[in-house]
Amino acid sequence: MEETIFACQHEGTPVELELAIPAHLLRDDLPLPNPSELEVLRHYTRLSQKNFSIDTNFYPLGSCTMKYNPRIAHEVATLPGFSRLHPATPAVAAQGLLRSLAELQGWLAELTGMAAVSLSPAAGAQGELAGVAMIRAYHQARGDTQRQRILIPQAAHGTNPASARMAGFAVTELPNLPNGDLDLDALRAALGPEVAGIMLTNPSTLGVFERQIQEVAALVHGAGALLYYDGANLNAILGRVKPGEMGFDVMHLNLHKTFATPHGGGGPGSGAVAAASRLAPYLPVPRVVGEAGSYRWESHAERPESIGQLSAYAGNIGVLLRAHAYVRRLGHTGLQRVSAYAALNANYLMHGLRRQGYTVAFAERRATHEFIISVQDLHKASAVRALDVAKRLLDFGIHAPTIYFPQLVPECLLIEPTETESKASLDRFLEVMAQIRREALEEPERLRNAPHDLPVRRVDETLAARRLQVAE
Amino acid sequence: MPYIPHDSAETAAMLEAIGVARLEDLFDEIPQALQSDVSALPEGCGEARLRREMEERAAEQAPLRCFAGAGAYAHHIPAIVWEIARRGEFYSAYTPYQAEASQGTLQLLYEFQSFMTRLTGMEISNASLYDGASALAEACLMALRLRPAAREILIPEGLLPHWRRVLDALLPMQGIRLRSLPQDPQSGRLLLPGEDFPEAAALILPQINRFGVLEEVDALAHWAESHNLLRIAVVNPLALALLKAPGDWGEQGADIVVGEGQPLGVPLAAGGPYFGFLTCRRDYVRQLPGRLVAKTVDAAGQVAYCLTLQAREQHIRRAGATSNICTNQGLLVTAATIHLATLGANGLRAAAARAHQQAQRLRALLARLPGVELPHAGPVFNEFVLRLPRPAPSVRDGLLAHGFLAGVPLIELNPADDPHDLLVACTELSEDEDLDGYASALAGVLGEA
Repeated sequence: MEETIFACQHEGTPVELELAIPAHLLRDDLPLPNPSELEVLRHYTRLSQKNFSIDTNFYPLGSCTMKYNPRIAHEVATLPGFSRLHPATPAVAAQGLLRSLAELQGWLAELTGMAAVSLSPAAGAQGELAGVAMIRAYHQARGDTQRQRILIPQAAHGTNPASARMAGFAVTELPNLPNGDLDLDALRAALGPEVAGIMLTNPSTLGVFERQIQEVAALVHGAGALLYYDGANLNAILGRVKPGEMGFDVMHLNLHKTFATPHGGGGPGSGAVAAASRLAPYLPVPRVVGEAGSYRWESHAERPESIGQLSAYAGNIGVLLRAHAYVRRLGHTGLQRVSAYAALNANYLMHGLRRQGYTVAFAERRATHEFIISVQDLHKASAVRALDVAKRLLDFGIHAPTIYFPQLVPECLLIEPTETESKASLDRFLEVMAQIRREALEEPERLRNAPHDLPVRRVDETLAARRLQVAE
Repeated sequence: MPYIPHDSAETAAMLEAIGVARLEDLFDEIPQALQSDVSALPEGCGEARLRREMEERAAEQAPLRCFAGAGAYAHHIPAIVWEIARRGEFYSAYTPYQAEASQGTLQLLYEFQSFMTRLTGMEISNASLYDGASALAEACLMALRLRPAAREILIPEGLLPHWRRVLDALLPMQGIRLRSLPQDPQSGRLLLPGEDFPEAAALILPQINRFGVLEEVDALAHWAESHNLLRIAVVNPLALALLKAPGDWGEQGADIVVGEGQPLGVPLAAGGPYFGFLTCRRDYVRQLPGRLVAKTVDAAGQVAYCLTLQAREQHIRRAGATSNICTNQGLLVTAATIHLATLGANGLRAAAARAHQQAQRLRALLARLPGVELPHAGPVFNEFVLRLPRPAPSVRDGLLAHGFLAGVPLIELNPADDPHDLLVACTELSEDEDLDGYASALAGVLGEA
């Protein structure tokens, strides 16, 4: 029997309304349910129990950095002195908050090797949009208005080309070499006076470090263009390699990945932007400025070159406070350990899966914080697809890895264990993957019909799009 | 090691399995010149120390009774809302791409979409955008996709200035022009334009406007219809418990509705995280930005939910996507859905009516003070402009010592506004004693001059 909140149709206590509002501006009825508080509590508690989550499951989800979300970060971010602050509170009454945000700006600048940071973008994609808009503003301020094109590797996250388009750019995609590095000949051929910049992740979405990055930076800068760093994979090099020192001019950080703030079933994130000094004037407003005892939000008038304001206030403050708590708790040695153990866990799984017979993409390369396997051999042997392997993993209480991304590798799974998983958790994953491999060859129907043991069987997404029932 | 479980024996065994001697060897593909360190950052600290530091910072300012609004409001949030929303199964879950492992989040989002379509009187709702202002920018882009020959959006000066700045940042990059329409200074309402706008795609209709005044939305929607303009409604979701739903404005209703979701169970938190909502007509669903959940069935024919029409989104369509948005504001939507269910129709109407009634009372109390005026004649919901005999920022600062955040000086939102104007908001949290306290404190501060 389907449970729905819309079945709770008590009349409730009708409300007497005395309103000083003309009747023609009012509505006649409000077609919402009136459930009891206990009905609400039970309904949503039961719904929560139908979810996988970090708190209940291992999430080897490539490119998403699903690590443990420390509860102390939640606790301090939601202290009433922070959570009840209205955004229009004058700075004099918000010094504790502003000081914490000023510290975070400084810490992120140090971690990234950049000159200045704006915390305001609400998510990675908004950070990307800010970054490419800054590249646009930089060229325009120099009168270099013909630079209307952004270069992006084919394997990049989909947000990269979508963000470039939202900033008014055309996009050219660049190929990668068979070893996973960028094709420098293609880069040279694509560079020219109409190219504004290039968007790169490093490590790339192929799970390997771009070894030629200094050469790439020299080529791009030599052509008068700029380098944007997509911080999605920063967990791999946290505290070890600074994007600013690799030659990047502007970047975003995904605080909801690298800095352990929760994904919340889809958000909120935070996409803080960091920039080298020549791009710093264009950072989105507002930033925290000032010094101890006199911190404040900078005014628009102080930042005439800024690309402007991306949301109504100063960004996802609650997320920023969690990231602040994470850095404060770990310190510089703790942050360096993050990348070390993220790499250890990923390389351990990569070697373990290879020993089981799985095909590892770029097997001759070191894994970073993630790596790719392809199940094309299983597909040829028994028509099992990456999707089926992913769905079968769910039966074992393990969230599916990212599948069919990057699209360069056929039938691929992108696996990122993160540093917060124990060896025992990884060993169990290896056991499960060995069993799935056996099943794929011996009883492939078991995979094709998976999952078997979840609240629902495989969901019909085609019917969903055809019927398009999206509200009651 | 905080949050890293490996002991030295496990680390050694894993390194051996990989075939390297040391953790540093895992980074041997990175050019030596790029290997850096971050010892300029502070040392870490224990959980107790961290809590102590942050408790001290959070307590530096004594709590203030909040009469500030301008898009974010101090509402009561029932205890049950975050009790459930912060359950690990919601808090630490990923985006529900794997439908079978995410039925809880998916059904909740489907219920959210249902709530929002009913509140706004529309047919389709997405599963959230970053905030109200960025949702409005997305609505404008959507309107331009629906009217590809048009280049302009008409924006009343009654739109909140900080929302207008977001449009100024996001839309001109794509060659879109923003044209301002003036408000009548006496009524505080939008003046019906006398001219045609042949290059415009849409008219933005904020109900309530930035002075707290209610607009004649039917007349404005009629005007837009007769000029072949799409109508983009900007609404406060709590006010919609009482106010006419945008789907019923004019003859044809609004085309797209957006708003700031913060009044629905989201803490003020100095400006975020909040969430933006966007609802629209069914015909426009393929131009919708952001995630959308549909009801379907599983392989056994049982009801199930999943994300749908993902070909609109960046992870499939890349440069051709309707928006670059990926991560949205899921956890805030979780809270808002539980909030809407907990209050129910009756609770929402009661909260909205109480906010309105207390604003009426406070407005009357304050207007009796010497030198204080009400510059706008139009009807209000829970927010109004007060014209003070002294500059509003200094009056606001003076009231801090009395424990009140008295409102938002308009000049701080828009430097061209009258420096004496203060925007004051009430909610259902504004008790009678708070209104009396505010009035006597304001009388005292004004008397000091």
